[in-house]
Amino acid sequence: MDTKNYVIKQISIFSENRPGRLASIAHALGEEKINILAFSIAEANGFGVVRALVDHPEKAYKKLSSLGFNVAFTDVIAVQMQDIPGGLYEIAKVLGDAQINIEYSYAYSGKDAAVLILRVDQVEDAIGKIQKSGATLLERSVFH
Amino acid sequence: MRCWDPRIEEMPKEDLQRMQYKLLKSLVYRLYSFSPFYHDRMKEEKVHPDDIRELADVKKLPFMFKRDLRDNYPDKIFTATQDDLVRYHVSSGTTGKPTVVGYTQNDLNLWTESLARGLTSIGLGRGDVIQVSYGYGLFTGGLGMHYGAERIGATVLPTSVGNTERQIELMQDLGATAIACTPSYLLHIGEVAEKMGVSIKKDTKLRAGILGAEPWTDGMRTRIEDWLGIKAYDIYGTSELSGPMYTECAEQKGFHIWSDIALVEIIDPKTGESLEPGEKGELTITMLQKEALPMIRFRIGDITVVEDGVCPCGRTHPRIQRIQGRVDDMLIIRGINVFPSQVEYALMAIPEVGQHFQIIVERKGALDDMLVKVELNKESFSDKIPEIMKVREKVEHRLRNSLNVNVNVELVEPGSLPRFEGKSKKVIDKRSL
Repeated sequence: MDTKNYVIKQISIFSENRPGRLASIAHALGEEKINILAFSIAEANGFGVVRALVDHPEKAYKKLSSLGFNVAFTDVIAVQMQDIPGGLYEIAKVLGDAQINIEYSYAYSGKDAAVLILRVDQVEDAIGKIQKSGATLLERSVFH
Repeated sequence: MRCWDPRIEEMPKEDLQRMQYKLLKSLVYRLYSFSPFYHDRMKEEKVHPDDIRELADVKKLPFMFKRDLRDNYPDKIFTATQDDLVRYHVSSGTTGKPTVVGYTQNDLNLWTESLARGLTSIGLGRGDVIQVSYGYGLFTGGLGMHYGAERIGATVLPTSVGNTERQIELMQDLGATAIACTPSYLLHIGEVAEKMGVSIKKDTKLRAGILGAEPWTDGMRTRIEDWLGIKAYDIYGTSELSGPMYTECAEQKGFHIWSDIALVEIIDPKTGESLEPGEKGELTITMLQKEALPMIRFRIGDITVVEDGVCPCGRTHPRIQRIQGRVDDMLIIRGINVFPSQVEYALMAIPEVGQHFQIIVERKGALDDMLVKVELNKESFSDKIPEIMKVREKVEHRLRNSLNVNVNVELVEPGSLPRFEGKSKKVIDKRSL
C-alpha cells in the first residue's frame, strides 16, 4: 500500500492580524482560479496562520509568494467521517490509542460526508492505523 | 537653609566667569599635555592652549560627541588610571556598544555637591526623608540622587524602581517627604496608590518630587502637583556629565547649571555656531573640573534655551529651560535612552527576521510601552505557531538585553513595513505628554 497517495499538500500562510488580510489572500487565489476546498485560521498573539486545502497548491504557493506572503507547504491527511453523533470520536480514539498526537485539525461538512483534516506528528503511522480501523482516508487526487 | 554653598551660588557673574576662565585654561593645558585623544583633536583644529586667552575662546575648541565615547570604548579617553577610579556607570550607546563613564573620588564629590545645592534650593535638607525611586545600578539615577540626598543630611529611602505597592507602604510608614523618580513613574505610583485606597495628597507626607530622566511638560507638572498635592521639580543630567545633576530651584524657572562645574553653550546644531542667550539650540557643555572623563564642548543632543540673567531666587548661575527636543532620533523609554540604531544592530544578529523595523511608543496608563514590528523571514516560517512564537520571544529577549527596556515584538509579513522613507518613519511616538 502506498501511503503517499493519502498525504495531502496543505498551504499555510503567515498573516498579520489585521483587517483585510484574508480578503487579499482569497482575492489572489480567486484571480488564479484556484478553488479553496477547506480552510482554517489559527490565531496567535498579533498574527495568524491561514491554512487551506486548494485544488492547485503549487500555483497558489507561487502566486502568494510573488505577492510577498510567507507561504509553506505542510503534509496533512483527510479522513471521511460519518456525519452522525460520535463520528469524530471514532477517529480521535484510533489516533489516541496509537499515541499519535494531533497538532491541529479542522473539518468541513461536504455533500456526501464530513471530512476531518488532520495534522499529526507521525503521518505514515496515522494513515496505517486509520485504514486498519476501517475508516476512509481521502486520496490526494480528491483535492488536487 | 537657603543655599548649600552661598559663596559659590550667589557669586557675582563676573567672578564666576573669571573662575570659569581659570578652570578652562588649566583644563585645556592638562588635556593637551596628557590626553592623546584631545591633543590630536586640538592639533586637527589647529588650536593650542595658548590660544585660550579669554572665556569666549572656548569657541576655538573642538566639539565632542557621544560617538567619541563609543569609538573609544570602554575607557580609551579616560584621563585617570583605573587606580584612581572609584566607580563606573554604563549607559546605552547608539549601537550595540554601551558607553562607559568613570569617576574619581573628586568627580563623585562634585556631582554630589551639585545635587546638594539643587536639593537645598528646593527646600530639602535635614529632617527630610527622600525616597529614591530611580534605578540603582549601572544607571546613574539611583546612586547619584542617593549620595546627593545623604550629603544634605536627609534620610534616604533607597527603594529603587519597581514593587510599587511596597514603595507606597514605605512612603507612608517612613514618612517620605520627597521622591526622586521619573515623572511617569510618579504618575504610576499615584494610580497604584488610588487602587490601594491611599491618597498621596492626604495619606502621606510627600511634598516634593524631583522628577527627570525623561521629557515632560508644564502641563504634566500641573497635573502632578494638583493631583498629588506636591511641588514637582525637574532635574537634568546625562551620564557623560556625571548623571542627574542640575535641578530647578523653588522658582521652577529652569535648571541652574553651576558655573564652577560646567560651562554652558548653545550651538546651532547645523552649523556649530554659538548662539546668544535666549536663542534655541543644542545644549553643549564643558565640564570644567572632571578628572576621569573630561567632556569638552560636549554636544548632548538636547534642544533648549539658556537664560543668563540672575534668577529671582538670587542665584547668579545660568539656567537652561526644560528640554524641548532632540537633534537626533533618541527616544527615552521609562527613563532609559534608546536609539533606533540600537534596534537595528540587535536585529542584524537575528537571522529569523529582516532588518526593517518600526518602533511604536505609547503610554499605557502612566508608563511607556514600546512595540517593535519586525518582518518574519520566509525561511523561518514553518506553519507551526509555537515556532513562530519562539522567534518572537527570541527577538524580544535580544532587544531587552541590548536596550535595557522591556520591548513587545510584533511579527509582520515580509515587505509590509515602510521602506526608504527616511528615519522618522521608523519611529511612531504616540505619547502625548
